[in-house]
Amino acid sequence: MSYPIKRLLVFPLVMLGVSIFVFIAIRLVPGDAITAMLGTESGLLTPKQREALTAYFGLDQNWFVQFWRWFAGVLQGDFGISTTYGKPVMTVILEHFPLTLELAVLSMLIALAIGIPAGIYAATHKDRPSDLIVRMVAMIGQSTPSFVVGLLLVYMLSVGFGVLPEMGTFVPITEDPIANLAQMILPAITLGTAFAAAVIRMSRSAMLDILQEDYVRTARSKGIPRRRVIWRHALPNALIPVVTLSGVEFGYLLGGAVLVEQIFALPGLGRTVLDAILQRDYALVQGAVLFIAFNFMVVNLMVDLAYAALDPRIRFETK
Amino acid sequence: MNLLSVRDLKVGFGPRPEENEVVHGVSFDLAPGETLAIVGETGSGKSVTSMAVNRLVDFGGGKITNGSVSYTRSDGSSLDLAAAAESELEQIRGREIGMIFQEPMTSLNPVMTVGAQIEEIFRIQHGMSKSAAREAAREALERVRIPDAARRLGYAPHQLSGGMLQRVMIAIALASNPRLLIADEPTTALDVTIQAQIMGLLSEMKLETGTGMIFITHDIGLVAGFADRVMVMQHGKVVEQGPLDAVLDDPQHAYTKHLLSAVPHFSDGKSVRGDKALAHPALKVENLTVRFPVRSGLFRKHTGNIHAVEGVSFELKAGETLGIVGESGSGKSTTARAILDLVTPAGGTIKADQTQLGGTDKPVQMVFQNPNASLNPRLTVHSILAEPLTAVGQSIDADAIVRMEMLLSRVGLPTDSLTRYPHEFSGGQRQRICIARALMLKPSVLVLDEAVSALDVSVQAKVLDLLIDLQQEFGLAYLFVTHDMAVVERIAHRIAVVYAGRIVEIGNARDLLANPRHSYTRQLIEAVPSLERRRADYSIDTRAIPSLVRPIGFVPEQEPWLAAGEDHSYRQEG
Amino acid sequence: MTALLKDVLRHPSGRIGLTLLTVFLIAGILGKAGITPYDPLMQDRIARLQGPSSAHWFGTDLFGRDVLSRLMVGIGQSFIISFFSVGIASLLGSVLGLTAAWFSGLWDGTVMRFMDVLLAFPAILLALLIITIFGPGTWTSVLAIAIVYTPIFTRVTRGPALSLRRRDFVDAARTFGTSRSYIMTRHLALNLVAPLTVQITLALAWALVTEAGLSFLGLGTQPPNASLGLMLSDARNLMEMAPWLLWVPAIALMLAVLSFNLLGDALRDILDPKTRRRLA
Repeated sequence: MSYPIKRLLVFPLVMLGVSIFVFIAIRLVPGDAITAMLGTESGLLTPKQREALTAYFGLDQNWFVQFWRWFAGVLQGDFGISTTYGKPVMTVILEHFPLTLELAVLSMLIALAIGIPAGIYAATHKDRPSDLIVRMVAMIGQSTPSFVVGLLLVYMLSVGFGVLPEMGTFVPITEDPIANLAQMILPAITLGTAFAAAVIRMSRSAMLDILQEDYVRTARSKGIPRRRVIWRHALPNALIPVVTLSGVEFGYLLGGAVLVEQIFALPGLGRTVLDAILQRDYALVQGAVLFIAFNFMVVNLMVDLAYAALDPRIRFETK
Repeated sequence: MNLLSVRDLKVGFGPRPEENEVVHGVSFDLAPGETLAIVGETGSGKSVTSMAVNRLVDFGGGKITNGSVSYTRSDGSSLDLAAAAESELEQIRGREIGMIFQEPMTSLNPVMTVGAQIEEIFRIQHGMSKSAAREAAREALERVRIPDAARRLGYAPHQLSGGMLQRVMIAIALASNPRLLIADEPTTALDVTIQAQIMGLLSEMKLETGTGMIFITHDIGLVAGFADRVMVMQHGKVVEQGPLDAVLDDPQHAYTKHLLSAVPHFSDGKSVRGDKALAHPALKVENLTVRFPVRSGLFRKHTGNIHAVEGVSFELKAGETLGIVGESGSGKSTTARAILDLVTPAGGTIKADQTQLGGTDKPVQMVFQNPNASLNPRLTVHSILAEPLTAVGQSIDADAIVRMEMLLSRVGLPTDSLTRYPHEFSGGQRQRICIARALMLKPSVLVLDEAVSALDVSVQAKVLDLLIDLQQEFGLAYLFVTHDMAVVERIAHRIAVVYAGRIVEIGNARDLLANPRHSYTRQLIEAVPSLERRRADYSIDTRAIPSLVRPIGFVPEQEPWLAAGEDHSYRQEG
Repeated sequence: MTALLKDVLRHPSGRIGLTLLTVFLIAGILGKAGITPYDPLMQDRIARLQGPSSAHWFGTDLFGRDVLSRLMVGIGQSFIISFFSVGIASLLGSVLGLTAAWFSGLWDGTVMRFMDVLLAFPAILLALLIITIFGPGTWTSVLAIAIVYTPIFTRVTRGPALSLRRRDFVDAARTFGTSRSYIMTRHLALNLVAPLTVQITLALAWALVTEAGLSFLGLGTQPPNASLGLMLSDARNLMEMAPWLLWVPAIALMLAVLSFNLLGDALRDILDPKTRRRLA
């Protein structure tokens, strides 16, 4: 049985595990949802009103009943009502997801556009000064946490140009692409820095390994020109681990980048979940975490498929 | 005019190649259409020398520090390859000098189809159009006798067997009708019958194209029927070179003599052992059967079984060696592993002599093929030798240390080895440690699974001698599993030939090797290179090993045994 | 051990990494032991927001506290949390990975599916969830980061353990009837020390980043105590007026992470037989 199909089979199992885990975890958070939702106003509630609200959100039932009700709803596409937003959970998530998705895509594009060429360049100029410089830059890039990069970018922008990045309301790319990109470019560079560094390091080391392979020697023995040996024979093999790395990173970025969203005041998925946790918004936390986990696993599955496309050894395994 | 003329070639590695020299001044000539065999063991510099010719050595961190490699191009002009620029070399490689490597499995790009890898050379070196290159690639595959060539062009390398892949490599190397072909141990990774086919193919190609060839090998017997001239290398130097017959019949250098006489060469049963086994039985195996389940479909349903070992029976006496001979996939190693309970047999009985020698409940011990893999790199030799004793609950007291030291000196290692780690020893020494470990529990039977196959030929000879000495001293019974007919001839009293999971012929070594009766045994013996059968024709036979996958509940037929003499019988054939 | 130290010092990245790390360790230990130029909590209304000077090498913050002293305490705090969390994660993860590889079947399936569940959470969100359950604090951060990195250690142990299990020396051990515990400890665990050492070094770098991120969000170390993340968070609104408040902790955090990454790279080169061959 091929590996992607095996992954597909454990998919529902892991999703169920995630559901149970987050359901229990969020209920272990001290404090009750109604108080958190209404803040100081909750003191004004009569016991009867409080009871009614508790029953409205289904919080009067025991955990098993609550879980079952929620889970049955999820199976029908109903993730419940967010207590903080007063809207269906899925509506809230889908309002915040486009930003997160755009940010993840932009960061990955930056990372791949810089990382792969730089990695290959370093590998093919091994131990020369240019390789050393690329390696140093990559090492420093990988060692600088993204929120530090973000803070430094904000600082340099404000000192150098006397402007602060456009904070406030988020402009979707569909409304005004230029304003949107102006808003997104700094966060994307912020997240892309460490990502690019990781891609550089991975493509360099993969390329170095591949250049020692027997089949590269064969290609050279055929008199294939150097450039073609690198791009046609070595690169497709070296890309395999880079695809895995990028897939995993991208999958994590789809879960939102709490810190960077915080720094640039972006209403992405990460901050939404953070706020939901702090507000004990059970339905929203459960829904969002399930959504994030689902995306993460879908991306991983796509990585496996990309693998199979790149590597015929996996494609034909089922034969 | 020579095709190639190498003078005082020196090659070194690393940032200071002069200090780290591995080839110390090699000179030789090659006439057009001539075949030169370079013979040597690991570290002799034979591969580095050959890769210095087309300068592939540059990409492995090597550098030519001295000497010239003058090559006569097709237009008659001469070029010193040692000093040529990379752009010039790209014109020569693949077009005028082709190369075949040792490991066909890793020598082809796994993510490109076989066809793309052949077409490429036509497109790059000859500027052909895509469709013309495809047609040329098909012809190239047909030329190396690959059936159904058009379809195979679309295969990925992992879909083809090792033998097929080596044919593809030959097709690539010969695609441009090169004037020189370098073959670096092209058959070492292959089974002996496949080896014979590849050698046959190369002989034919040589006649067909008139290409000159440098053939690198560790097995001087292999080139006996093949080369025009032989060059013997040791420690980066040429110790002897000359015409084939002169070197084989009248070797001058001691090392050449050693390679010809001390190293095992197959001689049709003439050099089998003369000593006798003891009378009492040490191991009796009856009807041993091993099956591996085959699962398929989405839910891994058990749909069939691989009949890896089928009804294997034999007896082994104390002081006797039974050689189990077969090719990869024949079930010979599985048989060995089943006897040690490393795989669970589906049926059959295994009785080992408990009374002799040791008296522990582990009368059978094993030595594995690869000494690097069978010793834990993080343990000292002391811990390694102590492990079997600890396992059976004995304490490591003074007696135990005495036994360790005795066995170490018996296998030819210094007794101060105890505090050292495996990586401080050579491959042959590590295998000696494995042998000492197997003897710690005083077993009556030793199962040796390809125990000398990973070793250099001259080390092989020494370990075989050691094994014979130990056998005589301790009255050990050996079950010697190997693919190597020359080795089995040296050590076995009796031989069992396994094919597709069952024994097809069994008997005393001399009769079986001199008068093989089963067609598979005959095929196997014909395929073995031999110093005596010079310039033999290797026939091309593409008989495939039958599939061993059977449906659940399949009861295999056992062909009846026929007697061929006292202690020699074989299976009737369909 | 001394041989390993020598190899690390001979490796260029190892030399730089180890030197940096030593500086940080000394600073952190001094900070935690209370041996700092000033009392890190002492406020000085007159000396507010002073730039770097001979009296205050790294300047002072909004409350006139000495930044160097706070940095030393912060480094100590961050390192303690990283060491403990990675210690727990590596121990737990390697035991789970080793037993999963050895017993396979149901146990393997259960452990690995549970790890899949944990891995499906973004690291920082998982840590946040754990911290909100138990309330912020040093030991909560340790627990949260440990849980986040346990699955990674489980994976990096299980993979190599599975391949070691198929090695001939384990087969050889089975032919003598060697006990399971001997095989697990001597044949598997002993050979996993090298890859795990590399992984631990790299995980220490990630743990520093995660800890700083949690403190930055206000969910790690609580004021008035000092930590790198907290200092960065405090610097946000003052960066134009007092840029040293941003630069000092930013560079310190970067160099600390760099020291582990460099050391990890060196150890990988030294301990991995594949790269070792390339070095030779």
